Amino acid sequence: MVIAVNQVFQPLDIDAAHCKGCGLCVDVCPHHLLELDTSIVNELGYHPTRLTDAAACTSCVLCARVCPDAVFTVFARPKGT
Amino acid sequence: MSTLTSDTRRVIYQRPEALVDTSTHYCPGCGHGIIHRLVAELLDEMHLAPSTIGVASVGCSVFAYDYLAVDFVESPHGRAPAVATGVRRVRPDAFVFTYQGDGDLAAIGTAEIVHAAARGERISVIFVNNGIYGMTGGQMAPTTLLGQHTTSSPAGRDAGLAGYPIPITEMLALLPGVTYAARGSIADPPLIGRTKAMLRRAFQVQLAGAGLSIVEILSTCPVGWGMTPTEAMAHVAHDVVETYPLGVMVDRLKVPATGAREA
Amino acid sequence: MVLMTTATAEPASQADQAPRPVLMKGNEAMAEAAIQAGCDAYFGYPITPQAELLEWMARRMPELGRVFVQAESELGAINMALGAAATGARVLVSSSSPGMSLMAEAMSYMAGSEVPMVLINVMRGGPGLGSIGPSQADYFQATKGHGHGDYRVPVLAPSSISEAVALTADAFEVAERYRTPVIILADGVMGQAMEPVVPVYRTPAREPAGWELTGAVERDPRVVRSLHLRPEELEAHNHHLQAKYAAITEHEVRWAGEDLDDADIVIVAYGTSARVARTAVERAREQGLRVGIFRPISLWPFPSAELAAVALGARAVVVVEMSAGQMVEDVRLALGGRTPIFFHGRTGGMVPTPGEVVEAVVHAAAVTAPHLAGHPSPDGTKAVTR
Repeated sequence: MVIAVNQVFQPLDIDAAHCKGCGLCVDVCPHHLLELDTSIVNELGYHPTRLTDAAACTSCVLCARVCPDAVFTVFARPKGT
Repeated sequence: MSTLTSDTRRVIYQRPEALVDTSTHYCPGCGHGIIHRLVAELLDEMHLAPSTIGVASVGCSVFAYDYLAVDFVESPHGRAPAVATGVRRVRPDAFVFTYQGDGDLAAIGTAEIVHAAARGERISVIFVNNGIYGMTGGQMAPTTLLGQHTTSSPAGRDAGLAGYPIPITEMLALLPGVTYAARGSIADPPLIGRTKAMLRRAFQVQLAGAGLSIVEILSTCPVGWGMTPTEAMAHVAHDVVETYPLGVMVDRLKVPATGAREA
Repeated sequence: MVLMTTATAEPASQADQAPRPVLMKGNEAMAEAAIQAGCDAYFGYPITPQAELLEWMARRMPELGRVFVQAESELGAINMALGAAATGARVLVSSSSPGMSLMAEAMSYMAGSEVPMVLINVMRGGPGLGSIGPSQADYFQATKGHGHGDYRVPVLAPSSISEAVALTADAFEVAERYRTPVIILADGVMGQAMEPVVPVYRTPAREPAGWELTGAVERDPRVVRSLHLRPEELEAHNHHLQAKYAAITEHEVRWAGEDLDDADIVIVAYGTSARVARTAVERAREQGLRVGIFRPISLWPFPSAELAAVALGARAVVVVEMSAGQMVEDVRLALGGRTPIFFHGRTGGMVPTPGEVVEAVVHAAAVTAPHLAGHPSPDGTKAVTR
């Protein structure tokens, strides 16, 4: 769980250990900001999803709504970030 | 939820409390994960978890009791509406739901659901229809589509041999004991939202003390269907709804089924 | 129609005057006994010869604010019972032989999930649709497990309506003490006949044990289930069940003996067959035969050690059943071939007459030598079946 990386607000926490790489979040993100990270295989044996551009995420929650494994926690973007 | 005192981020969405924090055995992209999550969200929002006694059935969702943090009784295959009847009758204040697949409800358990519905039992039935028997390896279900290939209809379901997909929820909606019957799907976020609203309505019907409520949810079985999760969602969105249209079949709380006419 | 209804409303009494006996039909007496034992819910389906039990419950349970449901089938009824009992309610189901077959699946689930309840089987002729006459042909079904998997179910066999009333309270107690279904094995004679019953009942105490589904208020959720997918876990669970059955075997054997002190021929019979045998014993003794009755009351656990103690030294054992021979196999197991065993049975809804039983005893006496304790005859078993 990462709050900020180099001062960039992190709108999503992703429980990568429980992700099954189903790709539904990748389909549903309106800004195409999610991808399966093929450089990682988690303990369940899948490529977990990752957010490629935290600054562009609008916290729309669509990814969390479609996730069968409830891996997303979504945070409101504070004003000015 | 953040455990660092310095985390000042405001949560818009997080895993519901009633959803046990564990990995499930469901396949990637399986609709059960989404539906369990919706049920858990509602149990949280409506403060129902402490009074809930759930009835788990037999199918891929047999482990529902490991994933939803409420009291549960396991039912033999198909018998969940009868088991739920027993629970409901001796525990008038409990919140009681069954969680059943298409084989459980529309094949082996058809007598039990019809009669629980006829009696108007105050239970909520969550009916997950993915047109296949996932747990046993992908055989034909009563709700399998015509032409659909399964391990027990390898040439595609043929009406002459295996009959037609059964619209069990439409049939149940005919019964006066059924106060609410609806069909939703989980094929995309707006549809997921509408399904959640149907489940909320079903739970409200139970809390109002008014008859049986059933929500059929068109769901996916990517592995059984031989599709990716993405393809499976598209199949539900475009193909399954041709046989199983979405919508509310009956809501007798809103429109009582009496002979009374509007003035 | 019987006029005892108001009189039977008395709970277990310590009245200074003994209550007068009331003439009651067996089905109704067993129903009232369950009510007085604290039965919270009854689920059933009409089937001859026990429909009166359901009808009694249909009238009395709503009067008392308790639960009655006539289900769509015995399958529905037993599964309703499973759900209700899983919440800790005291539950009764009743049926007759074909309906009990429908409950085989649930019996296995109840045993595996350790859900207590009482089931009354008013046996009728079989197999299949059979007849509506009385039988004892469900002995195998009741005592050998009913459904699939490794489990046992305690079975209690009354031989009079009064005894059925007493055993009903016992049955709830045994069910809850060990978290198991318990079967009361009655037959069509007992269900339909009317006998004087003293309306004094027993209400076993309730002791919640911490597994009941009551809603997870300020505690962790509980699950009542029989699925244990990992073989190691299921084996451990089976060991737990077997330990339970060993405890039941040690503590819950019930039997009764009559005229055994000087008997050299022992009749083994239960239920209505034992009633018939009692008359046969009177007549046989008039003829100079020293006959007694060993009457199992718990059919599982079967009183094997107790039977062996009584019958191993006997000249002959005569087993009487309303079947083609089911309990006789447990008698053979108990006696290990060391005592000649004779069998008399009627099937199809027929009831043995005392005369037939006397004939069987006379035959046994004729082909065995007197006082040949410890000397097994060459052909240990001879069937005398019509």
